[in-house]
Amino acid sequence: MAVNLFYFLVFPGLLFAAITGAFLSWFDRKITAMVQFRKGPPLLQPFYDFFKLLLVKETILPKQGSPLIFLLAPVFSAFGATMAGVFILLPLSNIATGFRGDLLVIFYLLTIPSFSYIIGALASANPLAAVGSSREMKLIISYEFTFLLFIAGIIMKCGQQFDLYSIIQAQQTSSPFIGSISGVLLFIVGIFCIQAKLALVPFDMPEAETEITEGIFIEYSGAAFALIKLTKYIMFFILPALLIALLMNGFRFNGFNILWAVLKLLAVVLALTLIRNTNPRIKIRQAIKFFALWMNLFAVIALVLIEFGY
Amino acid sequence: MSKKTLIPIGPYHPLQEEPELFKLYCDGEIVKDIKWETGYNHRGIEKLSESKTYEQIFFLVERICGICSTSHPFAFANAVEEIAGIEVTDRTKYIRSIIGELERIHSHLLWVGLAGHFLGYNTVFMWAWKYREPVLDLFEMISGNRNSYAMFKVGGVRRDIEMAKIPVIQKVLDDLKKKADMLTGAVMDDPVIHARIRGVGILTKQDIIDYGAVGPTARASGVAIDVRKDDPYAAYPLVNWKVITAQAGDVFAKAEVRLLEIHESISIIEQCLDGLKKEKEGDIAVKVKEIPEGIGIGRAEAPRGEVFHFVKSDGSNSPVRHKIRAPSYVNIATFKKSCIGQTIADATISLAAVDPCYCCTERMAVAYDLNSGDKIMNANELINVSVRKTNEIRKEIKSQL
Repeated sequence: MAVNLFYFLVFPGLLFAAITGAFLSWFDRKITAMVQFRKGPPLLQPFYDFFKLLLVKETILPKQGSPLIFLLAPVFSAFGATMAGVFILLPLSNIATGFRGDLLVIFYLLTIPSFSYIIGALASANPLAAVGSSREMKLIISYEFTFLLFIAGIIMKCGQQFDLYSIIQAQQTSSPFIGSISGVLLFIVGIFCIQAKLALVPFDMPEAETEITEGIFIEYSGAAFALIKLTKYIMFFILPALLIALLMNGFRFNGFNILWAVLKLLAVVLALTLIRNTNPRIKIRQAIKFFALWMNLFAVIALVLIEFGY
Repeated sequence: MSKKTLIPIGPYHPLQEEPELFKLYCDGEIVKDIKWETGYNHRGIEKLSESKTYEQIFFLVERICGICSTSHPFAFANAVEEIAGIEVTDRTKYIRSIIGELERIHSHLLWVGLAGHFLGYNTVFMWAWKYREPVLDLFEMISGNRNSYAMFKVGGVRRDIEMAKIPVIQKVLDDLKKKADMLTGAVMDDPVIHARIRGVGILTKQDIIDYGAVGPTARASGVAIDVRKDDPYAAYPLVNWKVITAQAGDVFAKAEVRLLEIHESISIIEQCLDGLKKEKEGDIAVKVKEIPEGIGIGRAEAPRGEVFHFVKSDGSNSPVRHKIRAPSYVNIATFKKSCIGQTIADATISLAAVDPCYCCTERMAVAYDLNSGDKIMNANELINVSVRKTNEIRKEIKSQL
């Protein structure tokens, strides 16, 4: 029990995932700044942001909304992200083997933050938040099926193994899945799903600052918003980590492999950052079409290729 | 039976950091109706103008708008010179046109950047504004100010562009040409930008005529309306250039027109610089004794469209009536056509596409610390900071020569 609590709160759960995610979000912001001829924030800026919101800023409650649900939603989102983080990072860091079918549990846990945002936004009774949550809902509908196809592809690729640990082991004994045509296709599909899950440009229409002024988060402030920031940091670490576990061999923690692990993580985050800095925000209808048509097509082609052994 | 939601854009909104309110009445994501409220920042400039002398009014009308701050003095100068029947020297004409076109370049670059920002494409925002920066430095070198240049007076301009400055301007323009090419390519060839703004916020030729829209908004719909050609003034009849038009009338066409106008403006400035070399240095103003009784109409093509000034003089040193018509005020009426039926995402970029400008700049002389109530900086200190920076930039430009 104590060890489980340690897993959840310290390593690899809340504390570790949040701190790593915060550093990764600094990396993202620094690269963005370099692309845009700016200087960029100092290394500890994500922590300053978080603690300012948590300790200094007051939490303002919407008058006409439902305060309890409004405040519980960020708690649930942070909880869901942390749980998903534990299930992803335990097999990945070789601490525990997980259980058969934990990939599906991870799949469900990863949707909890998005649903919490929607519920919290609707509880705030703000019309802009309502528009934002309707967009988030449409976005979830469009990318979740693609994400499921992506996971199905991985499961097929390693011979019907449903747990993350076996998938990582299968890659470490032979070769990483990304080294094949179907693997590359799955990587493209996966990275766009992650982009949408993280609500980064071009899929940031639920927040869309210049249209609906941060949409789903418009009413959040203070500690409640700090929890949302925490969720975002955690998601910013565990989703690239999941992609690495599923396609790129996972991590190994001996000698030079530690450096290699860090480089892999930074490379995936760099890909996300570059996508978000070289595209405008698309419209929600275009996002649905993008996933329902193109990404699903890619995923299905990958599935067919796997069936024929490519 | 559908219930409409009111989505407010303004009075404070990240889309347009200026005081205006657009009320989008939406059914889901679709905009069903739009209403707008302006006038949050009314300053009574026309009335103020009647209490000032002709020399002072130049500084007053310059402060109508911070971005197109030369177009109003330009139009006012045209109006007053029409009353007095003054023919300005060719050197004055060239300098006036150079200032006007430099302003068009920086204003269009500003718009391209903002449009990128509105689309969530912050890289374009930062790049366009970085490329705009050397243009503002040029203004600082020529006039001493990055904005509100105070270059115009009745019968001439206040500062000359000396021979030594011409190569500096030419060098900035050469750099800008490459960057403008790159930016134009980045916007025109990006399939995602195409998907985002093509066919959005379409205004037909008839809509433009019905609503009386002007400037790039009109030119993007195939209406070749441009005061510089229709009612030539300053050096525009002396140089070779063409009116840029596009046919589609959507947001993409408006971006296209503005980007191509940057290239056209660079070409106009280069020809003006050539013309400037032939004229005698220092010959920048004619002597004006008095403004006789009469009425004058002055027009100028601002980056956003036609600026119109009507001045009535009774022979004294200030006008009895001064009427100003600014382009954004007529252009925003087209929102009724361009936004209704679009989604919110399309409506916001359609709003931004006419580059609405709310005559925004207010002058601050003293800043107070809210907590302690202390005076942070008075007007003289602010001016000193500005002067110091000007000198630094001048030194830097000189060292680059």
